[in-house]
Amino acid sequence: MDARLNFIDPAEPPVSVPPPVVRLRGFVRSFGETTVLHGLDLDIRPGEFVALLGRSGSGKTTLLRTLAGLDAADGQDVRVPNSRAVVFQDARLLPWKKVWRNVALGLGGADIRDRAQAALREVGLGHRLDAWPLTLSGGEAQRVALARALVREPKLLLLDEPFAALDALTRLRMHDLVLDLWRAHQPAVLMVTHDVDEAIALADRVLVLDAGRIAAQERISIARGERGDLTQPLRHKLLDILGGTPASSGVIPFPQGGHL
Amino acid sequence: MVAPTGSSRSLLSRLGTSHWVSPLALLVLWEAASRIGLIPARTLAAPSTVAGTLFAMIVSGELPSNLLVSFQRVLLGLSIGITAGVVLALIAGLSRRGEAAVDPVMQIKRTIPTLALTPLFIVWFGIGELPKVALIAFASTFPVYLNLYSGIRSVDPRLIEGARSFGLSQAQLIRHVILPGAMPSLLVGLRYSLSIAILVLVVAEQINASAGLGYLINNARDFLRTDIIVVCLMVYAMLGLGADWLVRLIERRALVWRPSMVDA
Repeated sequence: MDARLNFIDPAEPPVSVPPPVVRLRGFVRSFGETTVLHGLDLDIRPGEFVALLGRSGSGKTTLLRTLAGLDAADGQDVRVPNSRAVVFQDARLLPWKKVWRNVALGLGGADIRDRAQAALREVGLGHRLDAWPLTLSGGEAQRVALARALVREPKLLLLDEPFAALDALTRLRMHDLVLDLWRAHQPAVLMVTHDVDEAIALADRVLVLDAGRIAAQERISIARGERGDLTQPLRHKLLDILGGTPASSGVIPFPQGGHL
Repeated sequence: MVAPTGSSRSLLSRLGTSHWVSPLALLVLWEAASRIGLIPARTLAAPSTVAGTLFAMIVSGELPSNLLVSFQRVLLGLSIGITAGVVLALIAGLSRRGEAAVDPVMQIKRTIPTLALTPLFIVWFGIGELPKVALIAFASTFPVYLNLYSGIRSVDPRLIEGARSFGLSQAQLIRHVILPGAMPSLLVGLRYSLSIAILVLVVAEQINASAGLGYLINNARDFLRTDIIVVCLMVYAMLGLGADWLVRLIERRALVWRPSMVDA
């Protein structure tokens, strides 16, 4: 049965499947002659943690920019929630604003300092409220960027290789922090990464983007703490796909894998 | 720190590396040459004479009153010039249409040395205060314009994009991202403008002034009073130093977020 038909036909009771927060159908994105994304279909459920793997130039950043609203979707079938926030690889804090003002950027209301402080406490930086961003370490800056994203209580949190520039130990700590924050706030997360292990450690579902199409996807139902045994075979499988070798039988090729 | 032994050798070696020694030596040589008649007073007055003249001019009120006149000229010219530079840079920096309208004209203006306009300004504005202030304003516009304009255009696009991803409006973007990002460039422009303003002041005050430092110098020249001329040169130098100090003060306040400032 074609999953796509199944999805469009509202035969299923709506209670069991909540409507996706992100919905893309046949999304095409091209720059001049080059088509970066070819007819992409994507659904992300509320509160789902999706990792998007892909080599450089596979179009993953383009997809993220579209979901972030940084590139116009020009009338295509794209549905994203209004409340969304991005954490970039470089924290992109405004160096001329103190840490808490960076977190509160664009927020309104009288209690913005309190809200910023609460968000910074959550990422363990309650004591650096009045620090200047250029005095922060890379990991601290990235935690501020996380606080800045979460203070908006987004329905969709977009992470663009957020830990790529951090050292290994800091990266592992950040993984735990992101999972804690995700459990506490329950946004849908799309994390772009090129690190297969990171994708396996964090995500409910791993998508592999190749040449502008979703080449494969893997749903991981094992609890995050107990993924050790699973990691090796899945890792090889995903690396095979990323390496361009034909998908092994265990990987569900898109679109037969369905949207959810 | 080395314990002070009080020996004359350590004092000598410290003197050898001090930055005050050579200017002081020059001053002593100058004074000596004046005393023995090597430098006649009509060529260059002795430092002691200059100091005496300075004191007398301060006490009589001649120097403060004329300095005030010059100071007002610079202040007025600078205010007009800086305001014009900032406004034009905002127009050119923040919109493509503004850039097309403003920038070519400013680039043409840049090719004309301001001081070469002096005769034209005298024809237009006469020989009163107006041409002096206009020259200073005209000259100080460009450094502010050029630096602020390029500062606005070179704000890190990743920061703009990051702020835009949080739904900032265009006005918020300008206020929170673009203008603070261009601030260091504006201050560089301000520094240039201040020094150019003082340079232009010196020349502009040669235009038939009846008050001001230039008037003092012109008068002194007619009476071969080199001591007064040197006093006025010193005052010009002090003005330049003061301008530099002012910009550094503003920088320390406006750019506290910079690492060099943070560490200090």
